[in-house]
Amino acid sequence: MLARALFGTSMGFHIIYATIGVGVPLMIIVAEIMYVITKDEDYKIMSKRWTKGFAILLAVSIASGTIVGVLISLLFPGFMQIVGQVIALPFQIEIFAFLIEAVFMSIYLYAADRLPTWLRLISITSVAIGAAASAILITDAHAWMNTPTGFEMNANGEVINVDPWRAFFNPSFVVTAIHVTVSAYMTVAFLVGSIAAARLLKSNISDQERHYHKKSITLAIYIGAIMSLSTAINGHETAQMLHEYNPRKLAAAEGLFETTTHAPLSVGGWTSREDQEVKYAIEIPYALSFLAGDRFDTEVKGLNEYPEELWPPLFVHTLFNVMVGIGTMLIGLSFLAIFWRWILKKELPGWMLALFVGGGPLAIIGIEAGWCFSCIGRQPYTIVNVLKTSDAATQANNVGILFALFVILYAILLVVTVAVMVSYFKRHPVETELVEKGV
Amino acid sequence: MEESLLAVAILWSILFLYSITGSMDFGAGFWGMVYGKKKDSTASKIANRFLSPTWEVTNVFLVLFVVTLVAFFPFAAGMLATVLLLPVGLGLILLTIRTTFMVFEGKTERFKDLLRITSGVTGVLLPSLLVSILPITLGGFIAFEEGYPQLLYGKLLSSVTVYMHIAFGLSTALFLSALFLADYASEAGDASAYQTYRRHAIWLGPLSLIIAVLTIFTMPPEASWIVENFRDNLYGFGMSVTLFLIGYVLLFVRRPNGQLGYSRLAVVFVVLQYGFAIYAYGSAHLPYMVYPHLTIEEGFTNPTMFNQLLIAYIIGLCILVPAFILHWKLFLKDKRYLKQD
Repeated sequence: MLARALFGTSMGFHIIYATIGVGVPLMIIVAEIMYVITKDEDYKIMSKRWTKGFAILLAVSIASGTIVGVLISLLFPGFMQIVGQVIALPFQIEIFAFLIEAVFMSIYLYAADRLPTWLRLISITSVAIGAAASAILITDAHAWMNTPTGFEMNANGEVINVDPWRAFFNPSFVVTAIHVTVSAYMTVAFLVGSIAAARLLKSNISDQERHYHKKSITLAIYIGAIMSLSTAINGHETAQMLHEYNPRKLAAAEGLFETTTHAPLSVGGWTSREDQEVKYAIEIPYALSFLAGDRFDTEVKGLNEYPEELWPPLFVHTLFNVMVGIGTMLIGLSFLAIFWRWILKKELPGWMLALFVGGGPLAIIGIEAGWCFSCIGRQPYTIVNVLKTSDAATQANNVGILFALFVILYAILLVVTVAVMVSYFKRHPVETELVEKGV
Repeated sequence: MEESLLAVAILWSILFLYSITGSMDFGAGFWGMVYGKKKDSTASKIANRFLSPTWEVTNVFLVLFVVTLVAFFPFAAGMLATVLLLPVGLGLILLTIRTTFMVFEGKTERFKDLLRITSGVTGVLLPSLLVSILPITLGGFIAFEEGYPQLLYGKLLSSVTVYMHIAFGLSTALFLSALFLADYASEAGDASAYQTYRRHAIWLGPLSLIIAVLTIFTMPPEASWIVENFRDNLYGFGMSVTLFLIGYVLLFVRRPNGQLGYSRLAVVFVVLQYGFAIYAYGSAHLPYMVYPHLTIEEGFTNPTMFNQLLIAYIIGLCILVPAFILHWKLFLKDKRYLKQD
């Protein structure tokens, strides 16, 4: 239990930085390309400032990534024993992707002024590819835990007939990988939108700075709209994958107890174990069946198909709702903004900017809820139908001490990162760079 | 060659790579801290110029080692993880503090000194902590309770050999980094920083060698098996000492351009010195991963997985080598980077 708490906290911490680490390079690429196309110095400043912020976050991202990478081996030796035999490939390749990211990040950070534009673009693109590939490969291991393939267990609990590439291309790999990547891009777009919107709401900024932030929020709105919509479309595929390979998780997500056709989708409320229903929820008739199989008469399995000790904790319904709800709101927000500016041809009003300020933090909450849903929804298993979490965890003492130490460490790091970011950008306001650009 | 032997050779090579790059990295952080306050010295500038673009890459080698260990030897991972949970967990905390504070230091004015000193000190504690894992694998510090291995902390913390290992890790990190930074300063044409680091390398080199030899004599009775095995690897250790002597003498030879010491050659010889020593040590350690509980054969993964991993390694290296060369040219060779102010 402690092992799980420690690892869960570490992942929850790492996810924030990792998501940003995957998303920011894409934003930088877009800004660099915009600079090449428009020759507008603002975009150059934009990419530079994002890179500076990225460098600060990357330090924590790399450190926390190292922590989770090593901790997982330390805390779940029973799990890693199977992982090492079956699904070691993505971890191995991930290191190379990570190395590529690290090498080109150094080049982009410290040698940008010595490189021609095309080589600079190649560097930052390599960073983006490396970052995305790392995320996708680690997600592969996560996907495999949900839909394990590529091996068999004999009667003695030994792993036999290993097929590493079948494990690699397990059924949920592609959908889950896309889900993680586009949702990361979405999150960062909305974070950028938050910062720009917050600045635009201030009345005492110069026209120059106002123009700069308008360009940045425009990029954020477009990328945010594309990515949030892709996340939703892909989320639909994810639900269908669950329906086919892990119906228990889908049932828990929706608080569905009895197997039914024409199953309704419950929005909101919480799942009651005693009454076997989702209380105070809004039900959309047939929607769950449609979600699962594109037909209203699709049969969706309920929790009662399984013994109760194999049910995931039922609050995953709420996590699922938070994730989907935030995603839907963000789609709505970005498309409303596009409608306002390019159809009505009006400036974004203050209330919409205020909504954008909230968009970034909301996206982060959505990501966290999504990961929590996916990992808690998998319980009581670590590897679905193969290995229970309780059998995978370490037998060592001292997990408690470590847990306390790591929680303190994460708290300090969160505070210090924010403090450093604020202090750095206060001392280097965009105003100065904008004024200097003409000189 | 047996597959498990090949696997352990690859693993050991990664350890070699990390121990060299990690020593330079942690040591450079320490020197950067020591000279950070002195306004008249460029020694800290040189250290930081080396660190900024390289620490991420160095850090990845550590993860590469752990991942390779679990991938090649999944059955060893269980025992090592249970035994090493606390020391490695603490190491992770130190590593995180060190890394993040080092980066934060450059970005903020407030708390600059606090951040600098914390990252410098934790950086130097780390190699000591990592090296102290070695004596644990040599035997005598693990007991089985209810079928699960436990580390005997009391015995470990009261044993001389652990402290000797720590001293060895510390002196090695400082020696390697001083020597390397001397060469880096020479490449950058910074004569005063060169002299500073050369002086440190001159006293640290013999010290680390003496500590290494003394460490062997402090090994507890449980580890006598490896001391026996050392005798079969005298060739490797002999080569190591010889290479050290050559490299050391090179630091005192005057170059045609008047500079005292061939620093580049000295670095090459000293890296080879550590190479021979590490492989000799590794070969003496065989066939055990953790004496007497675990051999490499018992820890090894299935051959199918191993073959696929090998292929992935080869492809990965083919992509990475050009990237490393570009990196090296930009940060360790390019005069524009080395000489900027």
